[in-house]
Amino acid sequence: MSHDATLVQAHDAHGHHDGHHEHHKQHFITKYIFSQDHKMIGKQYLVTGIIWAVIGALFSVFFRLQLGFPNSTFPIMEQFLGEWAKGGKLSPEFYYAMVTMHGTILVFFVLTAGLSGTFSNFLIPLQIGARDMASPFMNMLSYWFFFISSVIMFISLFISTGPAAGGWTTYPPLSALKEASLGSGLGMDLWLISMTLFIVSQVLGGLNYVSTILNMRTNGMKMTRMPLTMWSFFFTAVLGLLSFPVLVSAVVLLLFDRHMGTSFYLSEIFIGGKALSHMGGSPILYQHLFWFLGHPEVYIVMLPGMGMASEILSTHSRKPIFGYTAMIISLIGITSLALIVWAHHMFVSGMSPFLGSVFVLLTLLIAIPSAIKVFNWLTTIWRGSIRFTVPMVFAIGFVSIFISGGLTGIWLGNSALDIHLHDTYFVVAHFHLVMGVSAFFGMFAGVYHWFPKMFGRFMNNTLGYIHFFVTFIGAYLIFWPMHYAGLAGMPRRYYDYTQWATYAPYQNMNAFISIVVVITFFAQLLFVFNFFVSMFRGRKVTSTNPWGSTTLEWTTPIHPGHGNWEGPIPEVYRWPYDYRDDGNGKDFIPQNVPLRPGEEEH
Amino acid sequence: MSGLILTALVILVFIVIYQIARASEYVNLIRGEEETVSKKTNKALAWVLLIIFFLGMWGIYECHVHLAPLYLPESASVQGLEYESMLMWTIIITGIAFFGTQLFLFWFAFKYQAREGRKPLFYSHNNKLELIWTTIPALTLMILVAIGLKNWNNMTSKAPDDALKVQVVGKQFNFIIRYPGKDGIFGKTNFRLINDANNVLGLDWNDKASHDDIIIENGEIHIINEKHVQFVINSRDVLHNLSLPHFRMKMDAVPGITTTLWMTPRISTAKMREITKNPEFVYEIPCSEMCGKGHYSMKGTVIVETKAEFDKWLSEQKTYYSMHNGVAEAPKADAPANDAAPADSSAVKQDTTAVAVK
Repeated sequence: MSHDATLVQAHDAHGHHDGHHEHHKQHFITKYIFSQDHKMIGKQYLVTGIIWAVIGALFSVFFRLQLGFPNSTFPIMEQFLGEWAKGGKLSPEFYYAMVTMHGTILVFFVLTAGLSGTFSNFLIPLQIGARDMASPFMNMLSYWFFFISSVIMFISLFISTGPAAGGWTTYPPLSALKEASLGSGLGMDLWLISMTLFIVSQVLGGLNYVSTILNMRTNGMKMTRMPLTMWSFFFTAVLGLLSFPVLVSAVVLLLFDRHMGTSFYLSEIFIGGKALSHMGGSPILYQHLFWFLGHPEVYIVMLPGMGMASEILSTHSRKPIFGYTAMIISLIGITSLALIVWAHHMFVSGMSPFLGSVFVLLTLLIAIPSAIKVFNWLTTIWRGSIRFTVPMVFAIGFVSIFISGGLTGIWLGNSALDIHLHDTYFVVAHFHLVMGVSAFFGMFAGVYHWFPKMFGRFMNNTLGYIHFFVTFIGAYLIFWPMHYAGLAGMPRRYYDYTQWATYAPYQNMNAFISIVVVITFFAQLLFVFNFFVSMFRGRKVTSTNPWGSTTLEWTTPIHPGHGNWEGPIPEVYRWPYDYRDDGNGKDFIPQNVPLRPGEEEH
Repeated sequence: MSGLILTALVILVFIVIYQIARASEYVNLIRGEEETVSKKTNKALAWVLLIIFFLGMWGIYECHVHLAPLYLPESASVQGLEYESMLMWTIIITGIAFFGTQLFLFWFAFKYQAREGRKPLFYSHNNKLELIWTTIPALTLMILVAIGLKNWNNMTSKAPDDALKVQVVGKQFNFIIRYPGKDGIFGKTNFRLINDANNVLGLDWNDKASHDDIIIENGEIHIINEKHVQFVINSRDVLHNLSLPHFRMKMDAVPGITTTLWMTPRISTAKMREITKNPEFVYEIPCSEMCGKGHYSMKGTVIVETKAEFDKWLSEQKTYYSMHNGVAEAPKADAPANDAAPADSSAVKQDTTAVAVK
């Protein structure tokens, strides 16, 4: 094995990030920047995602300071934000800008691009046995569209009127009229342009993921022999392809309303001391178009984590995933239902109540496949032999938080409860747990699990455990109390509650949450630190399959070059979860091992 | 400067932690322990997870003790009572699912930690189990859907004919309230006639029904206890939301579209002051739909009073027409102006100036 490893090192194209690129055949630019290698593109997505995550999380720290301590000043904020936090106190305009950017950044740039961008790119060819994506060039373009979109959004943070400030949903008329808010000026235009480019990037990426999975599987890799990660990335991409283009239309119509005098979303508005000429539009149209993407988006964020958690729970319990077929069927169920539940975000928007009832039924149906998945995960670890590696504890945390956040969806999906809970802290608690924290836990589990494959080194375990425990406990301490405030109807997106007799008593709770947010934020920085330092100084991986996993990516060399396998692509003979005695004292049988004489497929 | 020092300090602390952690990992490695997790660490982690589970349960209890007393007083509307009972059922059902699954998760994690001689069970599927845990959630959810839709249909049904009608119009950043006056009919409005000085809702004085309309500009809604009330909700500029947390309801205010919400108040403001032992208690109305920089300060109030109190209060209010004496010769501005040509809007501008001049 060690002999293999040295050979591999000699041929390695990715092991050294130390700048001695002149030793390699590839030029620095084609290797690290305009790379067409799916593994490098995946890493580019990941690093960009991490940078965005730090910015997005920092914003949440700033606005949490305002929420937790509305009567105090924090001069350090002025260092970061200048004019926007004069004297160390956030202005309301910028508070809303940061809330908006926090949502936009985390939902789109981190949990969509940073999550499925990273892992779909990195894992799809490796796990299905392909040398690269169907179109490596398009794949590269996908990243660079994302990059340009990022740059535009980043620039919008620095303009004098500030970035978009109408909430991540940017509902018109607020987002359509520059008289309505400072953030609805240039910042909003940049937001819209950035989102359009982002969607181009997602479509390019998604087409690649789908066509690669459908067409480029190695011999013997039937669809029903694919790891659940592949299934989840596949459906993630399908959802994105079907729903993201609708957001483009919403965005383009909004641009028209803003600049060309059309009235798609605007009607009978008096603002800034004058009546506008717009007639006949409907702001509810925008909400339909937005949530037609916006709701599938939640599952675009969730599914990759589900797939990776399935894989990781199985590997580190040394036990096959329970109910592989049921897992796929429930993924199909979630994917199809995800497309037809969007209007549950709009129960109190003035939409027809009858339509509301239909969406109640469809929404609660989606709890069934979700429940099946949870029961299957529980049965997967039942009677296993669990190794509490860092990815494993994150996968367990994922399941716990997914349950906690998912169950409250049953409350909110029922319109007769939503009529009180809509747009309160209950919603904030619900979606942060279910699609924020739990998606992040899936992502962290994935990063810790596949880091050895990405960089040939391990991340530091001790730091990983500290990261896990602080984040896990922190997430519950932050979001659990919010349910109580939400039940009392405490509205979200408020800058200050002190003048509300009904909500001022929650001040202590808000202060407590803000303190936990700061601590949890530093734990995330610890992760970022661990990530970058381990890239160069982490413990080296010494065997090709450090976790004892069955899937194909662990049959590649420790530092796979462009093309992934040195020799021919391995063929596949069995399903991906053969965690059982191989007859030679090992407790797993990789997918590329032929069936023994007389052996039946699971 | 202080920002820089802080950043440097954080990085320094991280480096120290990293180096210590790294050293301890190499020590384990030299001892020849397994590559993934050492047996000792594995056992310790299993215990820590179990302890966290119990701490979590205690935390849920503590949280409840501290925050439950801050909950709203009992529902002030009849419809809110239905909400409360439905909430109870939902809490019970999801609560069972929550504690059950979390308990299994952490219990399995602890019980099935890797140990010397443990052989994991190769257990790939069981269709009977899958069927059971598909059917049970499905049936349970159908119960919740049934309760939910029943309540939803009640809440969104047509308001009773005898309901008191109150118009609530949202604008940045307050609510404007209108009562139809003696005739019981809201006079016509046109947003092009809006003028903040003397016609905040754009009442069309050509419509006689508008002459007895009463407008309350301080966001105070007076309603009669135990009498149905229907809110007719509009917005002048961006989206707003009329939230009635004490009545467990809310509805968006959408420019260009009229939304409605009806309910039956059951506890007067005076009674609620007794219940909450708070002589200053008022029913606050927050705006719950992001509407700009003043969103957090957009407040209205509801006063629930007896019929006699309400009638007395209403009779003291002057009609908006009499307050701004209407400019009876208000020009016919509104030939339906859908084409919205700039020429048209300038015409409107002239009209409004005419109104302002009186």
